[in-house]
Amino acid sequence: MILNVLIWAALLIGLFFNALGVIGILRFPDVYTRLHADTKATTFGSIFTSLAVMLYGVSQFFSTTDGQYAALVFHTIIAVIVLAVTNATGAHAIARAAHKRGHGPNPSVVDRLKETSK
Amino acid sequence: MTIWIFSVLVMVALMLLAMIRLFKGPTSADRVVALDAINTLVVAAMIVLGVVFKQIIFIDVAIIYALLSFVGTLYISKYLGGEL
Amino acid sequence: MSNMISFFVTSIFSFVVYLLLTAGSGSVLRLWSSQEIMAGAVLGLITGFAARKFFCSQRQSAPLNPLRWITAVLYVIGPFFIEMAKANVDVAYRVITGRIRPGIVRVKSGMKTDLGTLMLANSITLTPGTLTVGIDEETNDLFVHMINIPEGTEARESLEAREVFSIFNCPAWIRRIAE
Repeated sequence: MILNVLIWAALLIGLFFNALGVIGILRFPDVYTRLHADTKATTFGSIFTSLAVMLYGVSQFFSTTDGQYAALVFHTIIAVIVLAVTNATGAHAIARAAHKRGHGPNPSVVDRLKETSK
Repeated sequence: MTIWIFSVLVMVALMLLAMIRLFKGPTSADRVVALDAINTLVVAAMIVLGVVFKQIIFIDVAIIYALLSFVGTLYISKYLGGEL
Repeated sequence: MSNMISFFVTSIFSFVVYLLLTAGSGSVLRLWSSQEIMAGAVLGLITGFAARKFFCSQRQSAPLNPLRWITAVLYVIGPFFIEMAKANVDVAYRVITGRIRPGIVRVKSGMKTDLGTLMLANSITLTPGTLTVGIDEETNDLFVHMINIPEGTEARESLEAREVFSIFNCPAWIRRIAE
């Protein structure tokens, strides 16, 4: 019963942060700030929805002792690790490409990278 | 069980919202950001769908989708940065 | 000699990943079937032969030490996760209020190896209000985009890596893991 509440909570937190990430993409003014919303909020939200799936797998595994649910948990853990690592690296690649293309941060108070590459 | 289907529907709605930025985005880098967010949401939705349909193959597909979309993002970024 | 070691480490790593992915297929230890274990061993050896040069090269012996793996797991579930949760509350606040003051600053990394720099860059990207944009190839300094630069910080030439994180000393943890 408590586990059910936890699953609900994890799913709702995940959906909340996913929604914030998408709203941030629509609302922020330039590429870099949008990347902030994208990488942090959607990665964190996806980790929480996956956590709900893991909790579901654990609860079903202990009530039915079916090996299939253990597989569900392991696969979800691997998916989460892959998601976290690839999202961070992908954001880095996009930011670098945007800067190389000449889209400076706008608005901004300081841009040290532009000063050194000149 | 309905909570799982509900969250998948919410995530699909969020993907459609992110597509606004995909169409509007003033620069191509903005479009890549929106695409990256959509990819993340697809992976999360697929993991939840694995529970809805009780099929572990959905999560295997999600892992491969995450890796391949990462490679796609990297290539588009390299192309935009003028390194390809 | 060390070529053999990196071959075996890569093989064992891919074998373990294969076992994780095929758990629940049979009756050995209630999780695996014997065919899956055999197929995993053969595929692990092939993968180890193909990828031994990329996974752990001779210059970087850090991934070979199992103590560092345990430290890495502790780091990810402890300080890193708390910093990440804090980062998300911060981003949520800025999405709702729209109060931002962005800019790109230079951060001294202080890491000597490539793996350390990679881990620091990824940690910075997922923690409060910061996003790695570029790397100075000569000095290993990172260029970090901050969503909210504190007043007065923009005049300084460079920041220490410690100042980017708020609660924990993440660079020290990463140095313990990767160097």
